[in-house]
Amino acid sequence: MPFFEALRLALQMIRAQKLKSVFSTIGVFIGVTFLIGAWSVVNGMNRYMTEKFAGTLVGVNTFHLRRSPNVNFDVQDSVWRSWRRRPRIKFADANAVTKILTVPVVTAWYSEDRGSVEYNGKVAKDITLEGATERYFDIMNLTIGDGRPFTPQESKAGTTVVVLGYDLAHKLFPDVNPIGHSVRIHGIPYRVIGVVERQGNLLGISLDKFVVAPALSPIQREVNPPGVVDALIVKANSEPEMREAMNQTEAIMRSRRHLRPRQDDNFAMETSEGVLDFWNKLSRILYAVGPGLVGIALVVGGIVIMNIMLMAVAERTREIGIRKSLGARRRDILRQFLAEATALATVGAALGIVTGVGLSVLLQAVSPLPASVSPFSIVLGVVVGGGVGVVAGVYPASRAARLDPITALRQE
Amino acid sequence: MTALQPFRTGDTPLPDIVILTHKLARDYDMGGEVVRALRGVSLQIRKNEYVAVMGPSGSGKSTFMNLIGCLDTPTAGEYWLNGQKVSDLSDDELARIRNKEIGFVFQTFNLLPRATALHNVELPLIYAGLPARERREHAARALTSVGLGDRMDHRPNELSGGQRQRVAIARALVNEPSILLADEPTGNLDSATSAELMQVFRDLHHGGQTIVMVTHEHDIAAHAARVVTLRDGVIATDQLQAA
Ligand SMILES: Nc1ncnc2c1ncn2[C@@H]1O[C@H](COP(=O)(O)OP(=O)(O)OP(=O)(O)O)[C@@H](O)[C@H]1O
Ligand SMILES: [Mg+2]
Repeated sequence: MPFFEALRLALQMIRAQKLKSVFSTIGVFIGVTFLIGAWSVVNGMNRYMTEKFAGTLVGVNTFHLRRSPNVNFDVQDSVWRSWRRRPRIKFADANAVTKILTVPVVTAWYSEDRGSVEYNGKVAKDITLEGATERYFDIMNLTIGDGRPFTPQESKAGTTVVVLGYDLAHKLFPDVNPIGHSVRIHGIPYRVIGVVERQGNLLGISLDKFVVAPALSPIQREVNPPGVVDALIVKANSEPEMREAMNQTEAIMRSRRHLRPRQDDNFAMETSEGVLDFWNKLSRILYAVGPGLVGIALVVGGIVIMNIMLMAVAERTREIGIRKSLGARRRDILRQFLAEATALATVGAALGIVTGVGLSVLLQAVSPLPASVSPFSIVLGVVVGGGVGVVAGVYPASRAARLDPITALRQE
Repeated sequence: MTALQPFRTGDTPLPDIVILTHKLARDYDMGGEVVRALRGVSLQIRKNEYVAVMGPSGSGKSTFMNLIGCLDTPTAGEYWLNGQKVSDLSDDELARIRNKEIGFVFQTFNLLPRATALHNVELPLIYAGLPARERREHAARALTSVGLGDRMDHRPNELSGGQRQRVAIARALVNEPSILLADEPTGNLDSATSAELMQVFRDLHHGGQTIVMVTHEHDIAAHAARVVTLRDGVIATDQLQAA
């Protein structure tokens, strides 16, 4: 019997026994759905992390000089405690680095905390209060949609002006242009001079609920002890220049802190690579656990299909006898049942692919999780699904093929 | 008709002998106890003979038919089909012979219940490797020749017993086998339908078909030109009779 004939027969059988077929493919279906779905989430996260997340948090060709890394993962308690004991970054440190660096760079101070912002009796809670210097907007690619950023003079003088995030502006000023109005932060009035364009969200967290005021304005009291910043942000023109700037910064900071050659740095320089490192660790775990779960579902699916096929062989013993009496060879019968098992599994895999793709599209639409279907995962889904069918079908099919025609014909 | 030459081990059959068995034996091992269903049947059947096999229940008729139908292999003895020694062929070669040389009609029809009459008749052609269009043409012609041209899309449970047996005959003949074997083909049919079936067999015989048929009934056996009687796994009588 040619292969095509076996396939046609198998599909006919599946169509004749729809319900049974659906149940028998559930394991493969779940396995492949999970394969496609989970893979697309990891894939989407990966893209998101490399393209958006790291850039948003740190910036391109940019490093942050901080007391300790901001984004971290799996840090031991003792390490954490030693970080807490480190000296903080002082205004003087930030000034010294900016002055001494020989590489062309742009720098900004940056500090943040959470607090509330008030306008006309309306209070917005849980707002990121940021104290920064004027180049902060350029470095972090924050485009001012309305109004203007603060000037170097305002920055130096610590004028009480403020730039609002998009969501915050719309919350406090639903129907008036906020420019020129005063908002209060901890009772102190700041004049609104600009609103930043909408940034969207990062993993579901709005990036538009913040205020930026000059680092030397009274906001300093909200975010840090006197004379201290969270970070000095340094942006170079290229990756090698950023590396050079980092080397120089390290040397400057070590000398300012009188570290001996054997002593470790007691400060951190964070790059987007460092943030990605965190994600890479996480995705490595996902890539390790995911195939395991998919594997379990597929093994279960294979066992189910094998059972169904063994039942089918038992039920259709007489049919096998008839076919053999009419000239079917062992390999014809083998092929027929193998094709049936494979077709079953492939149908399950196909349904799984459709569902998996649908699920990731849905996930993309309604949840903050970025999902992006990987074409390779679809190919893998088909191959793995069909493969499960072949493996699960071999034993039942070879049993069918070995049946003695007379014995098979006598079966009721 | 000239008398058949006795056959000895080491001989080869004469050219016009379709079926030759020599001391053919079949034992069944029933958990230590051996049932000797056939104990040395030597028989020669010429081309275009019409043979009825009779005998009491359990005498070995079906066992004999299964052996010459290549569905089973003998414990001892020789079986020659069209001058080829079949008794020691491999599984696949036997399947090929079942497909090309033998048309088998069973008492219980043995049709695939889910398949249409046409598809049932197509089955041997599938295993012969014919392309789909030719298959359908051959099968349709075979069904028409047994008077079922208008029942091709019916499933077995939509057909009468006589019609089912005609489908089975069409299927048995579709590959133009050298022998038609029928094990109690009228066993599940009423007498009127049996008579119709015997008419079909008679026509086939006149058309040159070699037929071996097992039956319990003397009036069915009367249609054959030769009657072989088995008793306890051996040939008791072997007689020619007037048609
Ligand atoms: N598969 C088998 N296993 C064991 N014994 C068997 C088997 N098939 C047949 N026999 C035995 O072999 C003997 C001959 O059986 P067979 O079926 O050939 O008889 P029969 O002449 O066709 O009988 P009936 O007229 O009832 O169909 C019987 O004793 C039967 O019990
Ligand atoms: Mg019998």
